[in-house]
Amino acid sequence: MSEKRIGAEAVSEKGWLRAHQWLLARRLVQFGILGLFLLGPLAGIWIVKGNLNYSLTLSVLPLADPYVALQSLLAGHVPEKLGLIGVGIVLAGYLLFGGRVFCSWVCPVNVVTDTAAWLRRRLGIKGSAQLSRQTRYWVLAMTLVGSALSGVVLWELINPVSMLHRGLVFGLGAAWAIVLGIFLFDLFVTSRGWCGRLCPVGAFYSLLGRWSPLRVAAGKRSACNDCMDCFEVCPEPQVIRPALKGESKGVGPVILAPACTNCGRCIDVCSKDVFAYGLRFNNRVEMRVPPPMA
Amino acid sequence: METKNPSPKSNPARRQFLFDSAKMACGVGLLGLGLGLYAKQAKALPALALRPPGALPEADFLGACIRCGLCVRDCPYNTLELAKPEAPVATGTPYFTARQVPCEMCEDIPCIKACPTQALDHGLTDINLAKMGVAVLIDHETCLNFLGLRCDVCYRDCPVIDKAITLERVPNERTGRHAMFLPTVHSEFCTGCGKCEKSCVLEEAAIRILPAKLAKGALGSHYRVGWEEQKKAGGSLIDESKMLDLPDRLPEGAVLPGHYDPASGHTATARGLPGSEAGAIPSLPPGLGGKP
Repeated sequence: MSEKRIGAEAVSEKGWLRAHQWLLARRLVQFGILGLFLLGPLAGIWIVKGNLNYSLTLSVLPLADPYVALQSLLAGHVPEKLGLIGVGIVLAGYLLFGGRVFCSWVCPVNVVTDTAAWLRRRLGIKGSAQLSRQTRYWVLAMTLVGSALSGVVLWELINPVSMLHRGLVFGLGAAWAIVLGIFLFDLFVTSRGWCGRLCPVGAFYSLLGRWSPLRVAAGKRSACNDCMDCFEVCPEPQVIRPALKGESKGVGPVILAPACTNCGRCIDVCSKDVFAYGLRFNNRVEMRVPPPMA
Repeated sequence: METKNPSPKSNPARRQFLFDSAKMACGVGLLGLGLGLYAKQAKALPALALRPPGALPEADFLGACIRCGLCVRDCPYNTLELAKPEAPVATGTPYFTARQVPCEMCEDIPCIKACPTQALDHGLTDINLAKMGVAVLIDHETCLNFLGLRCDVCYRDCPVIDKAITLERVPNERTGRHAMFLPTVHSEFCTGCGKCEKSCVLEEAAIRILPAKLAKGALGSHYRVGWEEQKKAGGSLIDESKMLDLPDRLPEGAVLPGHYDPASGHTATARGLPGSEAGAIPSLPPGLGGKP
């Protein structure tokens, strides 16, 4: 196959390291967080106790998953004080940094689905079963209504995200089979199927980060040479177009779509350095080309 | 475009939206139905899986527990574990198996303190009031004390010894001249910690912790125990002379003089024996007739 590798241009322009800097940073953070959780059970160094649903760091800092807490709340149960504080801290964090920062910088399933997407590209698997990207919001609504109706924290019965993380920290059991299922689903059935279409955890966090100030912006979009690498590598490619191609329509360069995970892969693979992290407020349309008069 | 759609129903975008929504509602609804039924199944905790002290009733527990595992971490005896996906316990929730590692009943109850929710009732501060289940001496055929031996291990190991488990002395009818000391559980004091089940010396424990729901009977709320009412009232509440002795059945071969059972063939003669106490007070068995 002589097909062009995604990001090849960026690698030759910027060097391998700079063309992978945010990917490396992300993996470092993901495995770093997992490592902190594992330090207790593996080495007896208890910096963090618990798992992604709720954890206590250095016996003082509680962090709780607001989506799990919301389901529990709808089932009729209010957390204790530490639990509530934990929910508050996490809510504040993701309101600031973008909800789906959880997906790309923390969630362990992200490594699995990114690998599936990478392998899908390398193997040139083209077909993909149709599944709307809106499905996850329906699943999210179902789990919330279902929790209220059943009195059970419903999604936690089968949530592969917490199953994998809890499994890695507390003992995996059969969780590997479920994770393998997600990997194969993403690889052979639907491209970016789990994180991009089904997972209600990501859907919840995307709504949470609806107004977060930290965003990726196509600040130098005029330099875009239409190589399409960013669209190819992006787990949510639909979010790029308005920001990258919207200049003539008067759309600002900031990627405002809540589905964007702030993963920064578009920044990495762009040889022209079109993208960068920035604030949502810097969204003025540059008037380099005067808009056509009506 | 100046021409308006004659009817909004034929608007293709609207149709597409409705179809897409219907597709989503059906697909996700089906998933929800499956999850709901699974949730119902999940509420049926297996009998031998015990929740930590202070755990809410199972149906509430599954709504309050956020599966963080802090109770597991803070248990100094590694009693608790989080259910793996293949376990018959709701995934990620804490439980223990008494026969493997029982609850050591820590006085400060660290598992409850660690819980960030009310799944473990923070109002429970005295571990002796915990109700993780009730011990039941479930097999009288293999329990060594029931065989007339003095094993006593469950009794000795009970953290609430002489209250939750007592040894009740009864004659050993096999030897005819020994006593049997039968371990007897008093549910009022039993916390369900499981130390008795753990320590039972048999291959399979003869004493086990069961959920109270399985282990306990319940008297009807209208039920009054005659002898207590009699004590309260200072005398019998009924006219005992008019009491009827209805026929009942004795075990095969057993003979109880004065016992009224037409089928056994003993009754008629016994009843008519001159000087028999049974004749005088037909409602009471001999020896318990209130006479010295």
